Parts: sequence; C-alpha cells; structure tokens
Amino acid sequence: MENNSLNNNILSELKAKVLKLFQDGIISGFLGFASASLPMSIRPFLAKNEKDIDKLVWNSFCTINLANYLPEIIKQNKDKKIGAIATGCWSRNIVVQIQEGQLKRDDVYILGVSSRGMINSKNISDRFPGKEILHVKEEDHIVTIEGRGFSEQIKRWDVTRDNCKTCAHPDPVIYDDLIGNLAGKRSINNKYSQIDVIEEMEPDKKWEWFLKEIDKCIRCYACRNACPLCYCNTCFVDDSKPQWLGKSIKHTETAIFHILRAYHCAGRCTDCGACESVCPMGIKMRLFTKKLEKDVFNLFGVEAGLDINEPLPLTTYKIDDPEDFILKLEKE
Amino acid sequence: MTLSKALKIAENEIKNLLNILNDSFQVFIPKLKEKTSYKFYEWDIYNNGDEFNIFIGVPKSSIKSFFFPQPETLFKFSIQKDTTALKEPEEENKRMLFGVRPCDARSIILNKLPYSEDSYYIKKTEQNIIIGLSCNERRNSCFCLWAGGSPMGTEGTDISLTLIDASFIVEAITERGGKIIETLGDKFPVASTSDIEKLNALRASYEKQRQSIPDPVKKIQDKNLLELYDKPLWNDVSLSCINCGICTFLCPTCYCFDIQDETSKGQGKRIRFWDSCMFPLFTQHATGHNPRGAKHQRVRNRFMHKLKYFPDRYNVFSCVGCGRCIKECPVNIDIREVLRDML
Repeated sequence: MENNSLNNNILSELKAKVLKLFQDGIISGFLGFASASLPMSIRPFLAKNEKDIDKLVWNSFCTINLANYLPEIIKQNKDKKIGAIATGCWSRNIVVQIQEGQLKRDDVYILGVSSRGMINSKNISDRFPGKEILHVKEEDHIVTIEGRGFSEQIKRWDVTRDNCKTCAHPDPVIYDDLIGNLAGKRSINNKYSQIDVIEEMEPDKKWEWFLKEIDKCIRCYACRNACPLCYCNTCFVDDSKPQWLGKSIKHTETAIFHILRAYHCAGRCTDCGACESVCPMGIKMRLFTKKLEKDVFNLFGVEAGLDINEPLPLTTYKIDDPEDFILKLEKE
Repeated sequence: MTLSKALKIAENEIKNLLNILNDSFQVFIPKLKEKTSYKFYEWDIYNNGDEFNIFIGVPKSSIKSFFFPQPETLFKFSIQKDTTALKEPEEENKRMLFGVRPCDARSIILNKLPYSEDSYYIKKTEQNIIIGLSCNERRNSCFCLWAGGSPMGTEGTDISLTLIDASFIVEAITERGGKIIETLGDKFPVASTSDIEKLNALRASYEKQRQSIPDPVKKIQDKNLLELYDKPLWNDVSLSCINCGICTFLCPTCYCFDIQDETSKGQGKRIRFWDSCMFPLFTQHATGHNPRGAKHQRVRNRFMHKLKYFPDRYNVFSCVGCGRCIKECPVNIDIREVLRDML
C-alpha cells in the first residue's frame, strides 16, 4: 500500500459520499478518475452505479479538467443530476459554464475538494530522457520514480505544475458537499512572474520565444479539446466556408491558431493548465492565456469563475472600463 | 534475401560509421531535442560529430513525415490571364534514416498496401534508405509482437543493426542495403559465424514468442463486422476521449489525408496534408450532413479501420505496436485493451 495518507483520505471520503449519492437517488452518474494502464496517467471516468465506485482513484496526476465533459454528459443523462469532483479551478470552470449558459447549476452535484496541486508528468519524464519509467509511487510529499536499473525520489512540489504553484484559489468556489477541509486562499507573491519575464523581452526576442514554443505544434488540437472553454459547435480552425486558416504546418498558421485560441479564452480562463498537460509536444501554451489573464485582471479587476453573480468581463460594458488603448492609438 | 556479408561494428565506433555515411547521404537520426521546454527524441539532420544515443523505444514522432510530408506538394501551378501552367514539384534528395526501430520500419510496408499505386508514396520509398535498429528493451507501451512484428524485425529496412555484447551486427536486408555494406567492407570487420548464430538465435526466440500468441488477425477476421460495429464498448471507450489528433498524428500507420489548393498572387500549389478521423471535419459533407458526427462514431472508426477493415482486406493490422497512441493519449485510451475487447 502506498504511504499516501492525504490522497487516501480524499479517496475514501469520496467513495463514501458517492455511494450515498447513488443510494439516495440523487445522481445517475459520478464523474471522477479511474486508474490507467501506464504510470503517471489517468482516465476520466463516469461511475454509472454503485459497483463502479471501486474503480475511482485520486492522485496527483489528475490533470484533466473534468468540467470539460460535463455539458455533454448532462445532455445524455437528463433524468437526474451528474455528480463530479471539482477542485478550485475546475469549479471555477463550472461557474464559467453556468455564466455562459452551457450548464445549469441544478444539473450538477459538485463534490468539492481543495487541490494540493497536480504534478506535471513531463517534469518527471524530462529528468529521465530515453529511459522508461515503469513505476511511480506517490507519497504525501515525495514521488518515487522507478525503472530498470534506477530508482529516484523527487520532491512532489519540485515537479508540480507551474499553474498549480502560482494558484491562489485551491478551494472550490461552488460545491454541494466537501471532501476534506478547505485550505483557504493561498497568498502568492507574484502569480504572473512567468509573464513578467516575457513582457520584459525586446519585441524580436519575444517573437523568437513565441515561435520556438509553437514550432513543435502538430496541430492535433488537444489543447483546444481539453479546454472546458472550447465548446463552439465549429471551431474557427475547422470552418471551411470560408476557411480562415491554412492546413499546412507553418509558423503563420500555427501562430494564428494559438493566438486566437488564447484570445478566445481571455477573461474566461481559470489557468487550470489542462491545455499544457495534454500537449504531446510540450508546448507551454498556458503562458499565452496567462498573459491575457493578467491583462484582464489589471484592466477589469476580474478573475474568471470566482463569483457566479459577477458578469463576464469581456461581454459587459461598464462606464469606467479603461480605454487607454484608444488614447494610445491617437497619440501615435 | 539472405545476407552475403554482415559487419560487426563496435558500439563506440558508431560515430565513424555515421560520419562515413554522411559523406554520401543526407542522414537523419533521432536527436535529444531541447527545442521546446521539455527534452525528447525527435528526427533531425545528423551533423558529423553529433551524439547517437541509444534509448528505449521510439522517438516522439514516427518516420511518417518522411513519407507523407506535412504538407506534400503534389504539383504547382500558375494562373495568368488566359493560361494555366502546371509544374512538377521539386525533386527531393535521397535520405538515410538511421536508427529506425523495427516497428516504425514495418509501417513503411504496411502503408504501402493501400498506397501501392500512389506514385508520390512509391517515390518516397525509393528516396528514403532505412537503417533499422533492433530493440534490446521494450517500453511498457510496446506490443509489436501482438501487432505481427518483432523487436528484431527487419521488414521495411535496407540495413539492420542489432546491438549484441557492445557491438552492432550490421546486416544487409535489401539489395541497395547490400551495396552500401559493400562500400563499408574495407573499413569495418566482418561479423563472425558465431556472431551470426547468436543473432539468428535471438531473432528466432522472438519469432517463437510471437507464434505462441494465437494469431489475433485470424481471430478478428472471423468476427462478424456488424457485431463488432454495434458493440457497446465504443460508448465506454469514447466517453473520456477528447477527440484530439494526438493518436492519429503520432501514429506511423495513420495515413489519411486531405487535399487543398493554396494560391497567392497567381501562383499556387496543390497540397496533400494529414487529416485525422478524430476530427468532425474529416467526414463533413458539403451539404452539412456528417455521417460520423458523434464522438463514439469517430473513435469506433479509428479502431475498426486499424483492427478490422484493414486486416479483412490485407490480412494484417494497420498497426505496428509502437505504443505512441497509448503513451501520448491524454486520457490513456489503450489500443491493446480495445483489441482485447474486440476479440
């Protein structure tokens, strides 16, 4: 048995609560995670009955944002609520979905859990290039990585995802019931430090950095598809009448995709990091959305999904909205 | 064909071999790339002196882009007032891909089945010389034996390298591979009879292992197509799928494409580029109707194509067991489990 009391406590409480929800006839399914066939991987999983509850797992590799699945699953299960486990950012995405009319609050039963931050598996595999990681054991603060002929212990926090390290809101913002205790708001010295570094670059350096990031993009659109904000019936990259974007792997096309994707997320992104977690090529596209998150926060004082009654910053006009950009244009 | 002469090259002499080959060919090897924020192996041009590292498994991307360039120019055209002129695309150089794993090399043969009459593909098989590298270790996502291959397979290679006791046994597999080996004959020693025996014994042991598995192709061919099609498993498998293109784009045997004209200022080219059956646009009709509009239909098609339609037609899976789709899938959809459930 793995010596992981924190995750085990969450899991046993989760299982007990989900069992009760099924027994009380409140939910017709519960959205959580099941174990995977490979280490450092996880499967989003819909428990459909009491028997399925044993398949639920909880660990630091649960990097997929479950809010992404909710609208579709709810559409197919209209009779009862769908239960879902939600950390801070996932619950904020549920809020955004409710604000944007993708979900109704009553359709979902939220089991909130405070997030300790999830691990970026690429941070781990990066330390063992060309080697095969066969077992990963997670303890509360230590992760043990094993393969043929090697075994290494890593501090969990050293391989935690960038977005989790700078997250100020680990607690769920809406929930019907809680697992464990709330952690409270984390005070982060500067949650935009990664963005500050890029902002300080000269324009051509900045462009160089951007092209280097997107250079490996294979246009698989995993970043888009893992994102709970991306629910357009037809994405602009898939439009064919007219076609906005060429199909070749070229910097121009790839850049337009990433820039537009990021802009579509402005004022809505909760920095859940799912896009970056699923990218097979290791592109840090989260930094693109983070820059816009910073701008929206500085301009409108809003962080997405924190308050269900707060209007969406970019679809609302306020008399004191900043208009500096217009003045700047006039000056030039 | 049987090999006339095999060479034996010490592991630490591999750079000498590469440097010699680099004089006559444009050589590509898997390099540890730090181009993005994380390190992984990726195909890149070999420059004299570059490190050739032996790592477990396959590079991130398959060798597919050497055979199906992303995009591939089919022809160029120019449109003036009254005339339209067509031009052939530029000829590409001969390339040598050095260190191709048996699974990836085998994909060339499998892809050739549906592409046997595609002049562009055939040309690529002539332009790319494949130097294979047997696997001494397998990843936890590897299943080449199940897919009909072998960690020491030579299908699709021109020359095959196998590392035994700190030396590479270098075998000629094709005629053009043999010619290359002949030019190296005076620079490296010939493998001894006992070396060859060791190599053959090792290869035979894998062959035996594969034959101990009940032939999954035969089993799937015996299955009723519509029964497989209607299995409830597709709903379960597709539930977590995010419908991205990772599996199809990294797969060495996913070869589906789309064609478009790219034009600018009277000049244009017709390009063939990768498409993915995971994308709704893949089957979208001009009318707006989409025969595979739902996610589970697209997921089903990917597996049915690889594991049923293709073997029904060609007696082999359209899969080499490289495990990329398993390794890179964000939600761990495992083709081995899907195959097992289909059987």
